Amino acid sequence: MPYVIPDVVDVKQRKTDIGPPHYKNFLPPVIQKNYGDWKTHEILTPGLMVHIANSGDKIWTVRVASPRLLSTDTLREIADIADKYCDGYFRFTTRNNLEFLVSDESKVNPLIEELKAKKYMIGGIGPRVSNVVHTQGWIHCHSAAVDASALVKCLLDDLADYFTTKETPNKVRLAVACCTNMCGAVHCSDIAIVGIHTKIPRIEHERFKDLCELPTTMAACPTAAIIPDPAKKSIKLKEEKCMYCGNCFSVCPALPIKDAENDGVAIVVGGKVGNLRTPPKFSKLAVPYLPNNPPRWPEVTKAVRKIFDAYVAGAKKHERVGEWIDRIGWEKFFDVTGIPFTWQHIDDWTYTFETLRTTAQIKWVKK
Amino acid sequence: MTKKYDTPLLDELEKGPFPSFVTEMKKAAAKNAMAADELGLLEKSFRDKVTYWKHGGIVGVRGYGGGVIGRYSELADEFPNVAHFHTVRVNQPAGLFYTSETMRFFCDLWDKYGSGLTNFHGSTGDIILLGTVTDNLEPLATILSMNGFDLGGSGSAMRTPSCCVGPARCEWSMIDTLDITYDLTQEFQDELHRPAFPYKYKIKVVGCPIDCNAAIARADCSIIGTWKGPIEIDQDRVRDYAKKGMNIQEEIVNLCPGKCITWDGNNLTINNDDCRHCMHCIAKLAGALKPTPPFGATILIGAKAPFVIGATLSWVVVPFMEMKPPYQEIKDLHRKWWEWWSEYGKNRERIGELILRRGMREFLEISELEPAPEMVKEPRRDPFFFWKEGDLEGKPWEKWLK
Repeated sequence: MPYVIPDVVDVKQRKTDIGPPHYKNFLPPVIQKNYGDWKTHEILTPGLMVHIANSGDKIWTVRVASPRLLSTDTLREIADIADKYCDGYFRFTTRNNLEFLVSDESKVNPLIEELKAKKYMIGGIGPRVSNVVHTQGWIHCHSAAVDASALVKCLLDDLADYFTTKETPNKVRLAVACCTNMCGAVHCSDIAIVGIHTKIPRIEHERFKDLCELPTTMAACPTAAIIPDPAKKSIKLKEEKCMYCGNCFSVCPALPIKDAENDGVAIVVGGKVGNLRTPPKFSKLAVPYLPNNPPRWPEVTKAVRKIFDAYVAGAKKHERVGEWIDRIGWEKFFDVTGIPFTWQHIDDWTYTFETLRTTAQIKWVKK
Repeated sequence: MTKKYDTPLLDELEKGPFPSFVTEMKKAAAKNAMAADELGLLEKSFRDKVTYWKHGGIVGVRGYGGGVIGRYSELADEFPNVAHFHTVRVNQPAGLFYTSETMRFFCDLWDKYGSGLTNFHGSTGDIILLGTVTDNLEPLATILSMNGFDLGGSGSAMRTPSCCVGPARCEWSMIDTLDITYDLTQEFQDELHRPAFPYKYKIKVVGCPIDCNAAIARADCSIIGTWKGPIEIDQDRVRDYAKKGMNIQEEIVNLCPGKCITWDGNNLTINNDDCRHCMHCIAKLAGALKPTPPFGATILIGAKAPFVIGATLSWVVVPFMEMKPPYQEIKDLHRKWWEWWSEYGKNRERIGELILRRGMREFLEISELEPAPEMVKEPRRDPFFFWKEGDLEGKPWEKWLK
């Protein structure tokens, strides 16, 4: 398909409602030929797998890490590499890794050699750590309580061996969301980080009446902490009901909540989306607060590593983090990770009863 | 271009093995004034520990109500080239496959009209072109359309559907995830481009219950491939796994949630009637076990992040649906759902929240679906149930007690 970028753009030429181009335009010939007719696959190394079709045809996939935020320079380099070894074909994964699709076996090792020479991080396939699903953070979002790209960089620098070589009992899915909107996959990941506030929003009464809609603002509050203030044509906040979620700011610019000193992150654990063995699970609170400490967030990296290491040491083969915790029990989880259990860990919102322990089955971890 | 800002904090993030987003920003900043100011602004955020993007921003292109996320810097005086820094969402090809030619087109386009910074991809699936000015939006949309690309979704609309790699490169895909995604995206172009709903609505399609696109957690409608036939067993290959050191009893039999597998050291047997279709044995014994037809999908509804009522995972609405083009049944259901949601949904109420507010009965009735045990984890535990005129008229117990 020849692409055109005219020097002078006639906007009347725009077509609407055409949708994306058909996916078949982008599939390597061997995939087109064997589409829906694959027999099996083998993971050859942490970053290389081969899919074998019923016809006997094969396609090799080399997976490399991507920071998701990519410059056009890097994208052009990827295109050049794909031309050299993959007849121009490559794809991205649902965790934002990059996959080179090789139809000619003799080109697999030369591709890997070039990728290594260019310092690409090869891996992410099988029972190990893969890329971190994340969000915009301070790079592009108005409601971010933490940066996202930096946390990803810090976490995967620390866990790089588990991407490229070492194995874990099962996949460990990491995710970062820069606020409690939880864009992405934080609520269903093995270990995930979410940006949180710990102080109430400021009310800019003068701006409220010009910029905000009262009913929408009130309806945005999960704890009904917002009530009208007719005298000021603004709102009042029942401070004791506010848990700093920031949703009112999402609908009303006059309620800024960002706070350099008090914003930070929480760590949640034990979520999964796959149905293998046990049904999908939500992640649950492990660490309620750690401070923002750019550029390396050492407290966060260290805390994730403690949880990660305890899982790797304690889990049985094929157990995801949530399955491991279900087996050992939460009292044991807090014991082996050394994370202090606090007021914030006990749910006091919608699901309290479901989360309380209605049994005498208890492990004595404090002897 | 000479170096515009010192970035001592961000420079730290160029160290270490994982590919650095700072390096990416610096590459773009070397030739693009917008990217250079973006880098300077981010360094300031790192120093001050807060975001410097103004609230909101409403920009777009004629004919559409979404597709562009407007963004303005709070520090336009200090960083004038990111005074506007809008994101353009471009609908990705299903399965995220590309050719080098296509990628070079995006690079040429974005070097000319934007910051040179992208995300491959946004969490919903779109190609994210990160940072441009309002005046460039109309030409961008025009050039994209001339080359066969369209904008993705944003706002209270159907968002860009996405899928796993599916039958393109996976032996387990029981439905054509790419085709379903492409077909539904085309069918609902109007709903995608012109927000007409109470809030956002997402569709994700995956080929099997392993759910490689997190459909059950990240889509209002989760379409998950599954099967009804028995699992076909290649005993020789199972024995190969055992020989290579897999403890079949521990790793397969004991972990089966249906407790329906046995292994006598030589042969594996599966009581398919008790199989829960979780994929564990099939995934761990790749090449030895194979699901067999009939193939179709489980349709689930309602997943969302915490705001406002708490996070939800999608729950079963149709336990098994055949998924053959033109996918009429799922399209018809969507039209019924959207009509009901548009009528009764409150402002910014996701469809899952509406169902929980008004009840599954109403939702199933407008869907013209009958209740089934596959829809619940367990029946209710309280005695506070509603009756409608007519519920007891047919004396449903008589048939059962016969």
